[in-house]
Amino acid sequence: MKINLRDPNIVMKLSKLGSFHQSKLSFLRSFLREFKDWKYSRDLFNLDENGYGTAVYSFKKNKRTYSLVCFANKITAEERSDRVIATKWDASFALYDGTPTKKDLERLSDNVPKQEAGRLSYKELSLARANKSVRIFDHVVKGLSDGKQPDKELLSKVGYLYRTTAVYGSGKFGLADRFRIKNREEICGPFRLEMMLVYLARQFTFDQVNHIAKCKNPKKAVELDNDICGNLGIGNSTGLGLAPFIVNHPTLLNNWILARETALKKIREIKFVKKIEADVFKNCLNKSIKNVTSWNTDSEFQQKKIKELISDLNKFITLLEKEFSFEREYPFNDLYLWSEENLGDESIEYIVSMMMEPFDEIANLLVNQMSSEEEKYFSIPTSRNISDLREILEKQYSDLIKIDFSKKENNQYFWFISKNKREPRLADRYLNNCSDLEEPLAIAKDINKLYERSLIQNNNLTIGKFLIGNNDLRHVVRRTFITEKFPYAEIQDNTIGSKLMPIDMLRLKLSFFGANKFDPRSDKWLRINMFQGAPLPNDLKSFDDHWIYNSLS
Amino acid sequence: MKTLYEIDITAKRASKVMGFSWGIAEEIGKNIRLLEMLGLPGIKNLNQYFKLYKDKQFQNISLITKTNTSKIPYCPIIAGVNFLDQVTIMEELDEIDFENVAFPILLIPFLSRASEIIGKKIFLKIDEKEFLLNFNQSIYSNYSNKEIWEKGETINIKFLDNKNSFNEKEWQELYKLSEDRFVEETEELMQKTAGAGLIDND
Repeated sequence: MKINLRDPNIVMKLSKLGSFHQSKLSFLRSFLREFKDWKYSRDLFNLDENGYGTAVYSFKKNKRTYSLVCFANKITAEERSDRVIATKWDASFALYDGTPTKKDLERLSDNVPKQEAGRLSYKELSLARANKSVRIFDHVVKGLSDGKQPDKELLSKVGYLYRTTAVYGSGKFGLADRFRIKNREEICGPFRLEMMLVYLARQFTFDQVNHIAKCKNPKKAVELDNDICGNLGIGNSTGLGLAPFIVNHPTLLNNWILARETALKKIREIKFVKKIEADVFKNCLNKSIKNVTSWNTDSEFQQKKIKELISDLNKFITLLEKEFSFEREYPFNDLYLWSEENLGDESIEYIVSMMMEPFDEIANLLVNQMSSEEEKYFSIPTSRNISDLREILEKQYSDLIKIDFSKKENNQYFWFISKNKREPRLADRYLNNCSDLEEPLAIAKDINKLYERSLIQNNNLTIGKFLIGNNDLRHVVRRTFITEKFPYAEIQDNTIGSKLMPIDMLRLKLSFFGANKFDPRSDKWLRINMFQGAPLPNDLKSFDDHWIYNSLS
Repeated sequence: MKTLYEIDITAKRASKVMGFSWGIAEEIGKNIRLLEMLGLPGIKNLNQYFKLYKDKQFQNISLITKTNTSKIPYCPIIAGVNFLDQVTIMEELDEIDFENVAFPILLIPFLSRASEIIGKKIFLKIDEKEFLLNFNQSIYSNYSNKEIWEKGETINIKFLDNKNSFNEKEWQELYKLSEDRFVEETEELMQKTAGAGLIDND
């Protein structure tokens, strides 16, 4: 049986993308699979009794070494802020390409704690900072120094000791450009080095808390239990910075979504599912429920989604237990079709993620196809003609070209870059007067304009000649031809309309990172947890790939 | 050292500020990145070009012909964009001449990318300086100046046919040597070791 890939016009709607969950394809999971055989070590741990100082962790294999350099700094409660406007953080990190020398460490100590205001070099691959979850951190330090393990219930409510507030890579602030490292086999998946930074930073948080407790009470202190460490991740507080990324990297976005859609298609096409595969699916699903029921958020928007998810999953599990047998042809296709008919998007996408769990051979091959050589697709095929362009627009943008942009609500917002922080912002066009500095993220509007203009052109006019008088739309002409080859390259929604939920864009990207416990703090930023349940670096060699469902066990 | 990412994005934003459309600003970003990666003074020339851009009018060209002359210097960006967009047609002209192009360094990356699009090397001569543009992979040149080049008086662009740099005799010499890696096939070897079967279409 041949199953078609799902229609981009449905999959690429923001409400759908904003319902995606982590899966076997997620970058933090593929990072762990790739680096499980690397030699992990803590090469330097030079902290004072309050936990301030420098530490270095590394992964080594053959002649390659990646080192995480950590700086723990003293800051006041007033200085601690997750917002992008902060200038000081509890800890700052740089991932160094190789083994840093003493001179490198001196240079990095002058620059890494300053983050955007510092300057990195081509030897550094990623940069980040993090703040303590003070309540949890102090509780853990106190408990350990008194010889007691912390309150697991309290820990489970937060899920981490630190949360990162930004992770940078690829050429920012002097960091190595991607071209320098793109041919390294071990980092062929997207964001692999950023994942490494976050993973090693998580270990630093455990080592730091143990160190402070020990210094506080050398005789009585105990170390944080390894099982508790495993159930803690590292938090992340994320704002609009992520949103333009998925608009500005269309072929990359396509490759992420295409991998997911291809996995689903292949799984639906499996005629006979082995018992062991069905068991893995059911097992992961059952265990994962704990991740949903322990998902805390104050956001009414997310609470409603979680409530529906729990109710839908109960329906689905009842179906699996009471009515469904895997001893039939194409069982996953039947389950998928049933989900589409009976469940909401949040649950459908949850089940799609779950369906991948038994199938390493499908997921692992696709992981290697999730990067993109974007430069290859930059040139516009100017010998094509208007008829081709119009046909692509009508096929790939059928909903976007119907939006009426003469209506105020369809133009409600605009995207701009803040001068102070070089970060994207979203503002109401009718309440702010700087919309002349709008960023080109209103793709639906520009596509609409392009379509209107294409209607009054001669069919045979070449794109080269069309552009002579229409270069104001050159950026969307380029995108149109990209979308012809990459059907999942474009968000099929209006990114400036009054109904826009920017966190849908953030959630999409974070789900591919492998985050869970999405906790929207407003419609423009959210907190998440990464690596919760992940094996500790010393246990990587024999880890269970379904670790993400083991948290809080 | 500035990264190529920073060069690309800064050149793009600055170009938008100067009034270019987003699509053209994207082209400029990529081009300056390419120039700087290849060691040519992109930032320096772009900066100077922008300083003069508002006061001094440059001549925009839309349709490029075999010979293009203007008393006012041609804008290298608009000339470059149109060269890129029309290259598949212009290729038939074999050779194209421009007179009077402002900041000709800024034209080079458009031509370099055009070379990749049409799959032919492009030979470019700006006054006395020569550039061989190799499918956007590399640029060979006798130009090593890192300074601002405000004007190119005469510019000649040739589309080079795809041909080898060696003759048949030279090729045969090398090929003969490589043949020593092959095994002389006996009837028995032919019968037993060929994978495609004993007749061509079985």
